[in-house]
Amino acid sequence: MSDTQHAVSYPRFLLHSFIAATDGSRAFYAWMTFLTALMLVGANAWAHQVVEGMALTGMTDHVSWGLYIANFTFLVGLAAGAVMMVIPAYLYDDHEMHDVVIIGELLAVAALVMCLGFVLADLGRPDRFWHMIPGLGRLNWPISMLTWDMIVLNGYLLINAHIAGYLLYTRFLGKKPNPRWYLPFVFLSIAWAVSIHTVTAFLYSGLGGRPFWNTAILAPRFLASAFVSGPAFVIVTLQIIRKLSDFKFGNGPIMTLLKVMRVTVLLNLFLLAAELFTIFYTGGSHVAAAQYLFFGLHGKSGLVPWIWTAIALNTIAAVMLLAPRAKTHMTWLNVACVITFVGVWIEKGMGLIIPGFIPSTLHEIVEYSPSLVEWKIMVGLWALGLMIYTVLLKIAIPILTDQVKVDTK
Amino acid sequence: MPPISRRTAIKAFGATLGAAAFARALAPLSNYQEGMSAEEFIQNHYKELSDEDMLKVLKRLEAETLKEYGAEVSIKDVKPMDGVQFGYALNLSVCIGCRKCAEACHKENNHDRATNNSYIRVMEMKQGSMDLEHGRAIYEDAVPEPGKYYMPVQCQQCDNPPCVHVCPVEATWKEKDGIVVVDYNWCIGCRYCEAACPYHARRFNWARPEIPAEEVNPVQAYLANRIRPQGVVEKCHFCLHRTREGRLPACLEACPTGARVFGNLLDPNSEIRWVLANKRVFVLKEELGTHPRFFYYFDE
Ligand code: SF4
Ligand code: SF4
Repeated sequence: MSDTQHAVSYPRFLLHSFIAATDGSRAFYAWMTFLTALMLVGANAWAHQVVEGMALTGMTDHVSWGLYIANFTFLVGLAAGAVMMVIPAYLYDDHEMHDVVIIGELLAVAALVMCLGFVLADLGRPDRFWHMIPGLGRLNWPISMLTWDMIVLNGYLLINAHIAGYLLYTRFLGKKPNPRWYLPFVFLSIAWAVSIHTVTAFLYSGLGGRPFWNTAILAPRFLASAFVSGPAFVIVTLQIIRKLSDFKFGNGPIMTLLKVMRVTVLLNLFLLAAELFTIFYTGGSHVAAAQYLFFGLHGKSGLVPWIWTAIALNTIAAVMLLAPRAKTHMTWLNVACVITFVGVWIEKGMGLIIPGFIPSTLHEIVEYSPSLVEWKIMVGLWALGLMIYTVLLKIAIPILTDQVKVDTK
Repeated sequence: MPPISRRTAIKAFGATLGAAAFARALAPLSNYQEGMSAEEFIQNHYKELSDEDMLKVLKRLEAETLKEYGAEVSIKDVKPMDGVQFGYALNLSVCIGCRKCAEACHKENNHDRATNNSYIRVMEMKQGSMDLEHGRAIYEDAVPEPGKYYMPVQCQQCDNPPCVHVCPVEATWKEKDGIVVVDYNWCIGCRYCEAACPYHARRFNWARPEIPAEEVNPVQAYLANRIRPQGVVEKCHFCLHRTREGRLPACLEACPTGARVFGNLLDPNSEIRWVLANKRVFVLKEELGTHPRFFYYFDE
């Protein structure tokens, strides 16, 4: 196809995408309206936070990162976890997975937008975000891990957007995609997925003054939990798509993801146990934060119910996923996935970020609990992510099911 | 183009409604924008300001302080001197934990009155233990208490400062006289430096600092004690607006027991050099490799 034809068909592709994204059943409109309402709540809370200051949050100089960075960390994992579909699809040529792999790639896109949203929500001066743009600002690269993180997150966003966009466009044209234009990016995305979560772990593990984070297995632990939460989310999404749309596919991809989760859910628990052994058997400076997290310290125990809930959820999820029923009863599997998801959200969110600050570097114990403003902004950003994901799926599914094709009239 | 159907009309209406609702939700931001000038928004990094730019910026900051706080102040850009490396030492045997230093810091640096902020935190420690876990920062009983000693902690002006390494935008750096500073007009408020500092030495402006006009210290410097904007991080700067002009830090002048010794580490005749040569000196958290320029010692 020549360039002039692209000049005609690409705008058509965009127009069709736009129509697909805004057209739907009553339920679709209700869902979008609901998400918009939640986003409004979040946007308003954020506007107040920007004007009146971060004093509206529950954070202090002692606990200087909270719910936003907890969600950010978890969502980097969710984005990285989507790669668990890419590997079987492209590396092992699993054809059934190949048909649905785009659902994972689009999840990565939505999750990354949320990550960037949470970083922006956490900035005291969002009006100065341009200081981080290379060329305009002054990027402290390669020394600061945060600059690395911004680069790898934006890179991963672009790679996934490119792969998904290219594959959908060629499908729309009714042509076979040229492997030259996407396969290299697919392989790049696999390595890149590992890098985003590794760099995010280095953000914390590189801080010598925070013994709770200063551990070499933080990056492996992050990856293990990413490869639990990502597939969990995708399994549930696949089942919803199968039910609500014309996109029909077999159980193959779901079973593959279940196999992945059966390993990673145990690996995740094992790495946690390894960490706990080192902390509690050795004692020393590492023990105070873990003591606070699991049992409470000097009468302060704000995180104890959270972390035990997470551990209980992760253990129950492991048992449920390993049970033979998980293969045959889809509701059972869905419940297990939701439990896993929530468990990891707590453990790799609040359970990881907050104890890094408690006790503080001078061994003061100042507790943290998120304020209403923080909860509102969080909900708003999750609604934004779900909306992006819904819209992307609405565009992708009609193309994947060949309902929408280029027409040359 | 298909004719405009009822469905399209409803969609357009819905979209307009949604956009209007978002505009409403974000409306508070317009107040924020009003309080900020275009010059402030596009202002360059400290190191990229020419002398001329700097003069303009200082004038603007003075005018802003007058407008927002009703205080006439003079803001200078005080540069480091050649051949000077500042160091601080503190005699734990004589410190009585009165926190006069913290109070002086609070006033000197135009800290927020409501939060009673200060760059100095004085730890009450158990005699015989150097473990911070056996200390506390909040104590109300008469001082000094038997069985206790007192350890003021402030920025250690690390020679290998983790806070500087982590800053994504180089808003904080080490000056050539060893003082770690922050450009309050460049910091994006990510608080990564606060997470990285092992000495709890950084403070964030969670809200706009409130100070009555008559209490504002009018002698100010760009990288030092000028009133900080909301949403940025700040820290102890060894009172560089005083010390770079040959005076002593406010905390030292306020100390009733003479526990504090400040000076030029490169000057062999300075008191601080005498302390380093003749006392048993230690630094906090030596194992972290931050190389503090803040030293503690006991009388034998
Ligand atoms: S004490 Fe903290 S703020 Fe001061 S230089 Fe060291 S790391 Fe930075
Ligand atoms: S809070 Fe400011 S000074 Fe600290 S790391 Fe972030 S941008 Fe740099």
